[in-house]
Amino acid sequence: MSAGAPLLAMRGMVKSFPGVRALRGVDLSLEKGEVLALLGENGAGKSTLMRVLGGAHPADEGTIEMEGKVVTLTSPQASRAAGVAVIYQEFNLVPGLTAVENIFLGREVTHAGFIGRQAERQRAAELFRRLGVELDLAVPCRQLTTAQQQLVEIAKALAFDARVIVMDEPSAALTSHEVERLFVIIRELRSRGIGVIYISHRLDEVFTIADRVTILRDGQNVGERPIGGISRHGMIGMMVGRELKDEFPARTTMPGPVRLEVMGLRRGRMVQDVSLTIRRGEILALAGLVGAGRTETVRLIFGADVREAGEIRLDGRVLDISSPRDAIAAGIGLLTEDRKLQGLVLRHSVRENFALPNLERLSTRGFVIMAEEQAEFGRYVEQLRIKIPHGEERAGNLSGGNQQKVVLAKWLARNCEVLIFDEPTRGIDAGAKFEIYLLLNELAAQGKSILMISSELPEVLGMADRVIVMHEGRITGEIENARQATQEQIMQLAVA
Amino acid sequence: MKPFLKKTLSEYGMSLVLLLLCAYFSVVTWSDQSPAGADGAQQVTEAIARLGGTPRVLIAATSQPDDAAFTARLLTDLPVNGAVVVATASGEPQAAREALQKLAASGGKLDVIACTQAAGGWLVFSDIKTDYPGLGSPQIITPRSYRWPNFLKTANLLNIANQIAIIAIIAIGMTMVIITGGIDLSVGSLLALSAVLVARFIRDYAGGAAASTGGLVLASLAAVVICGGAGAFSGLMITRFRIPPFIVTLAMMLVGSGLAYTLAAGQTIYQIPESFIWLGRGADLFSVPNAVVLMFILYALAHVLMSRMKLGRYLYAVGGNSEAARLSGVPVRRVLLFAYTASALLAGLGGVIMASQLKSGSGNYGNMYELYVIAAVVVGGTSLSGGEGKMPGTLIGAFTIAVIQNGMNLTNVESYTQKVVLGLVILGAVLLDRLRHQARL
Repeated sequence: MSAGAPLLAMRGMVKSFPGVRALRGVDLSLEKGEVLALLGENGAGKSTLMRVLGGAHPADEGTIEMEGKVVTLTSPQASRAAGVAVIYQEFNLVPGLTAVENIFLGREVTHAGFIGRQAERQRAAELFRRLGVELDLAVPCRQLTTAQQQLVEIAKALAFDARVIVMDEPSAALTSHEVERLFVIIRELRSRGIGVIYISHRLDEVFTIADRVTILRDGQNVGERPIGGISRHGMIGMMVGRELKDEFPARTTMPGPVRLEVMGLRRGRMVQDVSLTIRRGEILALAGLVGAGRTETVRLIFGADVREAGEIRLDGRVLDISSPRDAIAAGIGLLTEDRKLQGLVLRHSVRENFALPNLERLSTRGFVIMAEEQAEFGRYVEQLRIKIPHGEERAGNLSGGNQQKVVLAKWLARNCEVLIFDEPTRGIDAGAKFEIYLLLNELAAQGKSILMISSELPEVLGMADRVIVMHEGRITGEIENARQATQEQIMQLAVA
Repeated sequence: MKPFLKKTLSEYGMSLVLLLLCAYFSVVTWSDQSPAGADGAQQVTEAIARLGGTPRVLIAATSQPDDAAFTARLLTDLPVNGAVVVATASGEPQAAREALQKLAASGGKLDVIACTQAAGGWLVFSDIKTDYPGLGSPQIITPRSYRWPNFLKTANLLNIANQIAIIAIIAIGMTMVIITGGIDLSVGSLLALSAVLVARFIRDYAGGAAASTGGLVLASLAAVVICGGAGAFSGLMITRFRIPPFIVTLAMMLVGSGLAYTLAAGQTIYQIPESFIWLGRGADLFSVPNAVVLMFILYALAHVLMSRMKLGRYLYAVGGNSEAARLSGVPVRRVLLFAYTASALLAGLGGVIMASQLKSGSGNYGNMYELYVIAAVVVGGTSLSGGEGKMPGTLIGAFTIAVIQNGMNLTNVESYTQKVVLGLVILGAVLLDRLRHQARL
């Protein structure tokens, strides 16, 4: 080990994908006991750089050194052996195995060939205690919520005792309470000399936890600053290459008469007697902690799950919704929380994904009118500024922000009267976020009714006209004038 | 250059393999061909016409069907071209000897002996000058032989198409099912059920061997529709009760096969009129078999359905991500129901064609066909995980299998060895598919 060498040094990293140069010679260094925030818009190359580090995508060019020694990371195993743990945005869990089994997958604690289940359980329980969470260790991971699965991922990396831990949007699925606990863990890791690379779009978190920021733009490193040497505005400016004035665009229009009425909605423990109304041209935010039953509620409105009780009315007319098809026919659209699993057919082209809910309109006598489909798709690509090499690009090859735009285009083209957005800006960079906010406002101005689920309180307060807060399947409160409310008000209702 | 090559390989990889196979079998079956029958006669007529004048001709040929056609054609064509047929010898060399003797006795001259390759070798003709000096020195004209691969003979190519027609037709439905991410193991059994049903309907209700065309059509339709009903039932089990397609169609495979044997009482039903073979063995259009014509029509329709129609898009979407499709308003259950019903209907149609080809119905038809059909689909590049695949690919897959089988038959490869080779080819095709996916990442 050469003295003074950084814990991790990546030099001149280059990585290309068909049609995209994701990395164009990126340098990055990380010291022992440092938390480095890696910032950049979607598509800036953050995820790709971390995939290179994790051995998922070997780099085309560039060298990686650990404490001055060159290492080749051409497989996840090689990265692990070099002491790098990467927690990806998409989980790497086997859904049918329990949290314990997942944590020790590939490095089981064994005695004479038999798995020491007791020892594994104890170690896992200890890890979760350190995380400050309680988790049913005996159920398969698929039964855990998104947030809980994320925690298992974090525990998995912690169990690994890596020297470098990369967290790609670790807080995206966590409530603020859980994020704070995560920060406690990260600080502990730092005190033990472990280097942490922290990727997040939430700048507040970056200021709280990071020692230093590195900012990527278009596959290049555009600057490194100690956290004390840069302002929030400065960061955003470097990320987008321009100055952003307001985070939330102003809105002038006022909501009209009641459009959608939901009464006594009920399903299991997650949705208990939920009633709400949305007016014309109104943005209603559904706030609450992860697992409060918000997603479950909107799925019932959309017919994605079968409700046990409840009535849904649109313009005073009772709707008979028993499937998403019925809801769509009635003019309700849902942008799901999970784009990859529920929003897109990843292996199919962007154009085909766009057309899917619109085929009834884009076809005559069963035949798709290809020219019209192409033209309409082109219009939305332009309007939403979706960055794709061509319409036949697979949806799975796009960055998160562009995927979200494709999903948006799908539903905008459908011209729904009621649009439900489940975490519309999750994992999306500041520039694209602003575009989506503008769009929400425009839709509201057109008289659409919008129901938005968001875990980001500034977003809830900045965008919504009215806020409904849920806790454990019930509505615990309503805030009439969102612009004058505070985050604390919402939090109190959310944990009530 | 490299991306171009990659794209070509991934888009047309299997067609390339098929072409290479054809080229290979063409080379190894390269052999002497002698035009026979009417074609040979035409060549000989042209040669005689070139001699000019009014040559006196003896026609000699064996009594094989081809040679009989040769003789008949010459008898009509030669006089038109100015030649005079003085005698005809059909069958054995003895007949030629007698004809020559008669001719010599009558004192006439002989200018040309027109004969097939086989007859040209008869010893009788080698010593005419010494044996029958009175006849002069007749010239022996046979059709000229040429070199051409057995594999590429029109008859053989049509044979390949005809042999694969049934599997290819059923593979259309299987492609749809596999694109939705499912599988249909029941097609072989439904084929047998359909063949037995159509045979029984003809025997029991349409008047057996004296059945009218209308009766045959009704019997065929009924058999196909009943199979479609079985497919719809499978589809309902899969959509309503969420039983995996593998299990449902495995059950249907056993039920269908059992029913077929029961309905046929373990026998072969053959009380079927001659006119019924029109579908399976007839060839109305440029001597292309009707079943092959039907196959191409069905592929054209299926291709349009999959690439141009809403339903086709839905089939792909359901297989690509059924949850995303459902949340986009795709009627997932109805789409799946369609796929399994279509697959069964086409299996039923395959059964009718087979009953027509064999002019009978029996429970043991279509044994293992589901596997050949699945193989054709997979070799054609359709991914078993769903959401991807093309109809023309399946057609190419079916032909690849047929060409391999046919080529091995022509080169006298043992049937057991054929199985080994076929298995390896299927594996190779899937491997190619895998590599192509990796190249895309």
